[in-house]
Amino acid sequence: MTPVQPKLSTDDVSLLMVLIDTNPFFWSAANTTSLSFSKFLSHVVAFLNSVLLLNQLNQVVVIATGINTCDYVYDSAAAGALPNQRAESLLQKLVEFVVKDEQLGKEDSVDGIGSSLLSGSLSMALCYIQRVFRSGPHHPQPRVSVNGYMHSWTSFPFHRYVAIMNAIFSAQRSMVPIDSCLLGAQHSAFLQQASYITGGVYLKPQQLDGLFQYLSTVFASDLYSRNFLQLPKPVGVDFRASCFCHKNTIDMGYICSVCLSIFCKHHKNCSTCGSVFGQAQTNAPSTSNQKRKTPET
Amino acid sequence: MVDGKVIKRAKHKSTIKDPGTPGILEMTEDRFIFTPHNPKSSPSLNVLFRLIKGHRFTKEGTKQALLNLTHEQGGSYIFEFENFSDRNVCKEFVGHQCCELQKLHKQFVLGGVLTEAEFWATRKKLLNGDTSKVTRQRAGFKSALLSDVKPSADGRSNRVTFNLTPEIIHQIFAEKPAVHRAYLKFVPNKMTEKDFWTKYCRAEYLHSTKNAVAAAAEAAEDEELAVFLKHDDVWASEARHKIRRVDPTLDMEADEGDDYIHLPDHGMSRDGSDYATDSQYDEYRRSLSQVLNRHGAVVLEGRSIDVELGDTRSVAEALARSKQVELANGASDGMVNQERLERISQLAEIEDLQASRDLPLAPLFIKDPREYFDSQQANAIKTLGDTLAGTRQIKCSLSTSEAYGSLRERISEVKISGLGDPIVKPVIAFKVFDGLTQNIKSNKYQRGKNPQESVLDGLPKITKEELLLHWTSIEELLKHFWSSYPITTSYLYVKVRRLKDAMSQIYPKLQEIKESVQSDCRHQVSLLVQPMLQALDAAFAHYDADLQKRTAKSGDRPNGFV
Repeated sequence: MTPVQPKLSTDDVSLLMVLIDTNPFFWSAANTTSLSFSKFLSHVVAFLNSVLLLNQLNQVVVIATGINTCDYVYDSAAAGALPNQRAESLLQKLVEFVVKDEQLGKEDSVDGIGSSLLSGSLSMALCYIQRVFRSGPHHPQPRVSVNGYMHSWTSFPFHRYVAIMNAIFSAQRSMVPIDSCLLGAQHSAFLQQASYITGGVYLKPQQLDGLFQYLSTVFASDLYSRNFLQLPKPVGVDFRASCFCHKNTIDMGYICSVCLSIFCKHHKNCSTCGSVFGQAQTNAPSTSNQKRKTPET
Repeated sequence: MVDGKVIKRAKHKSTIKDPGTPGILEMTEDRFIFTPHNPKSSPSLNVLFRLIKGHRFTKEGTKQALLNLTHEQGGSYIFEFENFSDRNVCKEFVGHQCCELQKLHKQFVLGGVLTEAEFWATRKKLLNGDTSKVTRQRAGFKSALLSDVKPSADGRSNRVTFNLTPEIIHQIFAEKPAVHRAYLKFVPNKMTEKDFWTKYCRAEYLHSTKNAVAAAAEAAEDEELAVFLKHDDVWASEARHKIRRVDPTLDMEADEGDDYIHLPDHGMSRDGSDYATDSQYDEYRRSLSQVLNRHGAVVLEGRSIDVELGDTRSVAEALARSKQVELANGASDGMVNQERLERISQLAEIEDLQASRDLPLAPLFIKDPREYFDSQQANAIKTLGDTLAGTRQIKCSLSTSEAYGSLRERISEVKISGLGDPIVKPVIAFKVFDGLTQNIKSNKYQRGKNPQESVLDGLPKITKEELLLHWTSIEELLKHFWSSYPITTSYLYVKVRRLKDAMSQIYPKLQEIKESVQSDCRHQVSLLVQPMLQALDAAFAHYDADLQKRTAKSGDRPNGFV
């Protein structure tokens, strides 16, 4: 295995891993509101084309993220990709992917809402990047661009939470920035953190009609150019914690010394891990106060 | 002082005792120049006033009319004038040129808010400088050894005279606790002070003869004398006490290579007498190293009592008290021993002999991992101000197949109709650019990036200066205001009212500044002004509360009733 040498890469040649969310529930909901999937696709395809035009060596890989599976739908470096039929091949692959995603869902008989497999597509992107890292000393500078995600964190099962966080941390370790463009109604604390940790850009466009403009202005810039650009910065990631008992955001609180659960007031035992807490220190002076007060009255 | 220029005859002195170089002192608006009459005698001076930190002067009616200008980087210029009126002219001139004090002085003293005396009262330190230090340095013990107090013989008779001063007695007490103890015990019950010291001197004399045999013989006859001749037992126990505090792993024997240490008196013979006397007289001998060590320790410890040295008795008692305090401070013997043992086990830990430290570990058990990990999401969503509801409900209204179907439909839609043309309408593109650059434009992102950059520098120069001036004047007024409380005299009462009026005049000015600045700076300015206003408000509140209390009190008391 060749050792990873990210330093030798040329930083104005990009390898752009684009993860697009193909969660059917989200997109059918979005149909009625602002941006339909077809509009979204036209913006994204135009964006991909412009990225490829920026530098002849630029490479674009698109990964579709379904609710049951993920797959590569387009790779500009692949042998079969004809330059003048990019959109066609992409769309064709996408249809095939959607069909596959639906079939897999039926087999598993998952009913109701599923959330997109961000962990899966992120891992695939990072694997691809690792392969590129080992391909030789001069490889394009990779970055991951997550588009269109709108899931809420609460809908993640626990194991997927860990998988996503692991993916984010491994991206951080291999210095791959994760850009995220959120189209949904709500922010994703997840992607916000991912971009924050990896030094990417987190953006939630206000004008969905102008998605292409956002993409080409903010996300098309390569890592070298980013040194000179003032890209949108997070207004402030709130790292304050909320307590486990009332879900209040707190500045100071009690922390279980065993499992690090956070509480806004003193409990007899930890609701998470069941550890029994000792007497809190703050009780001591209050009792002495009472003692001192009694003779006075 | 006409035309902002003063020329006076003066002498420049490098120190106060220096006779001085006669010459001409010329003070202009920004500097003073001193030209000596004899250009060869010393170089002329040319110093800017802004480098002058402060000035001092002698009182009128004293011997010399001096003016001392302190330079910013230390050092000072001393000028002696022919008479005080000359000096005062120069002093005032300097006072007007010197530093920002001038501004405050002009504002408050000339404005009638404060009197001259009040203004300078808070700056006594500045005027007197280091002449009146609060704590006087306490003289320590002399570093000369006690044994240096040599007996003097007159040569004709057999009399040997010792000269003991209170200073020496104090030192004896400090260095020889046994003598100190004996003094407290014997004087004045058993013997007079004179007898005591005679005995002591006799013992010292015996020591100086180095005749251990004779000393032993004398001690056997006189038990009081023996106290002085024998080894100081208090001293010994103190030494034992100290040794306990030494790092227990310290191996003294390892140092035995430095052999000369183990020779008595470091191998330096004090005089020719032999050391090979019988061990039974050992306790009547003193080694130089013992005396030196003890002396060194006492000198380093310094003087711990603060009693006039005249009365020997009171010195002895004071010393005893301070010793007791020291003892009380130190832990009791048992505690010390315990501590020592603990330290030994800490320092000389042999891992092989320790029990293994594997504590019985309970595996972490988390009842509901999902809640554990998800609990922070609620927070994130809340702070971002978005609702969870909306989209999810819509999602539920569709079946899976319908959803996939519509997705496929959308894709084929793109296939058929192609990409939109134009993809983005110019109006929307403009909006996007505007939105993206707004972040960059807003100064929220610019601030705090450069640590050298101060908010004040971003403000217009006039505003900045005004703010600084107001700040210093408020500080000055508040200082006087708070120092006047509690109001005990009618004078203070009037003063406080004057100060309060002056402060309430500044108040609207601050508001004016706040309103005068442009909108993008206003927030910062109000942040700057806020603490000033708060400080003023606190003062006003106190003033009002105090006033109310006073009127209430005077109301309670009927007229003529004291």
